[in-house]
Amino acid sequence: MTVESTAARTPRRSAGTKAGTTGTKRTTSTTKKAVGAKKSTEPALVQLLTPEGKRVKNAQFDGYVDGITAEELRGLYRDMVLTRRFDAEATSLQRQGELGLWASLLGQEAAQIGSGRALRDDDYVFPTYREHGVAWCRGVDPANLLGMFRGVNNGGWDPNGNNFHLYTIVIGSQTLHATGYAMGVAKDGADSAVIAYFGDGASSQGDVAEAFTFSAVYNAPVVFFCQNNQWAISEPTEKQSRVPLYQRAQGYGFPGVRVDGNDVLANLAVTKWALERARAGEGPTLVEAFTYRMGAHTTSDDPTRYRHDDERAAWEAKDPILRLRRHLESAHHADEGFFAELEAESEALGKRVREAVRAMPDPDHFAIFENVYADGHALVDEERAQFAAYQASFADEDGGK
Amino acid sequence: MAEKMALAKAINESLRRALDADPKVLVMGEDVGKLGGVFRVTDGLQKDFGESRVIDTPLAESGIVGTAIGLALRGYRPVVEIQFDGFVFPAYDQIVTQLAKMHARSLGKVKLPVVVRIPYGGGIGAVEHHSESPESLFAHVAGLKIVSPSNASDAYWMMQQAVQSDDPVIFFEPKRRYWDKGEVDTEAIPGPLHAARVVREGTDLTLAAYGPMVKLCQEVAGAAAEEGRSLEVLDLRSVSPIDFDAIQRSVEKTRRLVVVHEAPVFFGSGAEIAARITERCFYHLEAPVLRVGGYHAPYPPARLEESYLPDLDRVLDAVDRSLAY
Repeated sequence: MTVESTAARTPRRSAGTKAGTTGTKRTTSTTKKAVGAKKSTEPALVQLLTPEGKRVKNAQFDGYVDGITAEELRGLYRDMVLTRRFDAEATSLQRQGELGLWASLLGQEAAQIGSGRALRDDDYVFPTYREHGVAWCRGVDPANLLGMFRGVNNGGWDPNGNNFHLYTIVIGSQTLHATGYAMGVAKDGADSAVIAYFGDGASSQGDVAEAFTFSAVYNAPVVFFCQNNQWAISEPTEKQSRVPLYQRAQGYGFPGVRVDGNDVLANLAVTKWALERARAGEGPTLVEAFTYRMGAHTTSDDPTRYRHDDERAAWEAKDPILRLRRHLESAHHADEGFFAELEAESEALGKRVREAVRAMPDPDHFAIFENVYADGHALVDEERAQFAAYQASFADEDGGK
Repeated sequence: MAEKMALAKAINESLRRALDADPKVLVMGEDVGKLGGVFRVTDGLQKDFGESRVIDTPLAESGIVGTAIGLALRGYRPVVEIQFDGFVFPAYDQIVTQLAKMHARSLGKVKLPVVVRIPYGGGIGAVEHHSESPESLFAHVAGLKIVSPSNASDAYWMMQQAVQSDDPVIFFEPKRRYWDKGEVDTEAIPGPLHAARVVREGTDLTLAAYGPMVKLCQEVAGAAAEEGRSLEVLDLRSVSPIDFDAIQRSVEKTRRLVVVHEAPVFFGSGAEIAARITERCFYHLEAPVLRVGGYHAPYPPARLEESYLPDLDRVLDAVDRSLAY
């Protein structure tokens, strides 16, 4: 069974599409119809774990998680809990003035941990700026993620240290970097794969469309992992697309699949499948993780201005962490001791991160001029010298006193 | 081994040498393969190095530069062609927000040895978006290096150096000089990539130019000589960095400077040169630094480009004005 066939079974938004091609008052009429049509035309999600924590069968994807052990399931749970705890700590640190900004991943833990744990060490990840859970899976020290949000650097880790590229703030740019990198992987004859993360808002960007084109044309071993968290700051997905996002892949000639983004097992299975396709030389795949950003876009955002509380409440019932906990408990895969120990570990992580952030020194003034060029540049050298002389003039003043 | 060849051919030979020397070097762009590029600069390269080294791309400039960044991150050294100057803007975001900044953002952990080749400038009777000189828009961005050869030998050697640079280089090719022939010594030892060169010695005034305007300035100096004036001509060769030391040396000798470029004068490279040289040479200057270039108007239709572009008389007029102080 292919994913296209899943898509083919799905009812289309015929009302909206027709209105879009024949209607004269396009803007108002089609927008209303598209929004109104949403519920009845929602495509089926790949789901392996219901919100109640019940394991459900899926002929295509079961094989990727059938052998999963209780220990591995507890590991996924631990990853999600620690990631959420880290995220909460970062939000608090921003509120306390220690960070200039924070982009919370609250609610997206399953999409990130599930996909992140599907990766091999030699795979390469191109994140956007909210992939704290994926970074966790790659072994990037969470404290290092905070440097750019604190304002001490614009990166904070060696991308080649963990095959985890720097966060990219311009929306969608990294999908092209991932595609180029994947083209290089294929040229090298390596069997690793590349994964690019982006959001529903980024799906509107030309770069994402170009990344789809290039990856398809060159059959690049890349997985496009779109976390559709329903909101691009205040813009709903309906403002990005008239079709479900995973269906975009069809137009480029590669499969797209929509997965329950709050189901860690489904994300693990579907991403493994997509990576396997890439490794086998079958080219790119688009995975749309259908999830929800439970918090604000960033700490500067105020979602109460554009969305209702009941929407969040509905998604809280599908909480990714709660779901796996229910499964672990009903399957007797974890006891109270495990949860208590994890709670203590979470608190320790929060404390460590808090202390690490507060201990981050401001960068040296001369860092402005460092690494602008790899081979140096006469103007940078000149301006560094001017800056040094200016700084030294204060030292002379102090010395004279 | 010295050989006479056209500027476009010199770039072709240089790319051939780069592809031959390093398996990590790639050539990418629209129509660069079978066609050999619309100016045939990449002629024959795909035939000799294969489709995996000389890559015909989809018609998507942001995609070309964006994937080149990814390839560079994987250890490749892509040389990408933007077909014409006015088509670089869809890629401008990738060049400015990604290519230019990634080395600094990574605290030096990653290098971006990407060359972006852009045939630029007017004078060939082309249609809209095919004759622009956007070098100042790139020079304003830290992290990029910008060069423009004026002759075949420089085209050959500067391309070698650009490919070998660990920094991104925007390589502006003076398309109206593509067919000009010159000596290329493929065994010479080239000078520094960003050093200006005195192409004609003089004592009365300095003309500073790069790319397509160097030849014009040499013609101007020849014409001025007939009127008994000795003009020095500097080929800047690099727009970022600019070799201000070389300009200063020349101006301290001649005491007068006229900067010539095709790009609009307003906020152009001439403005930067005028400001810095005024600062450095205030007591040496006998006249304000003057600029000759394009107007603050969209590049005009081909039938008007002769009025828009600096020509012999406009530069000579600026020379007269400078000498009149």
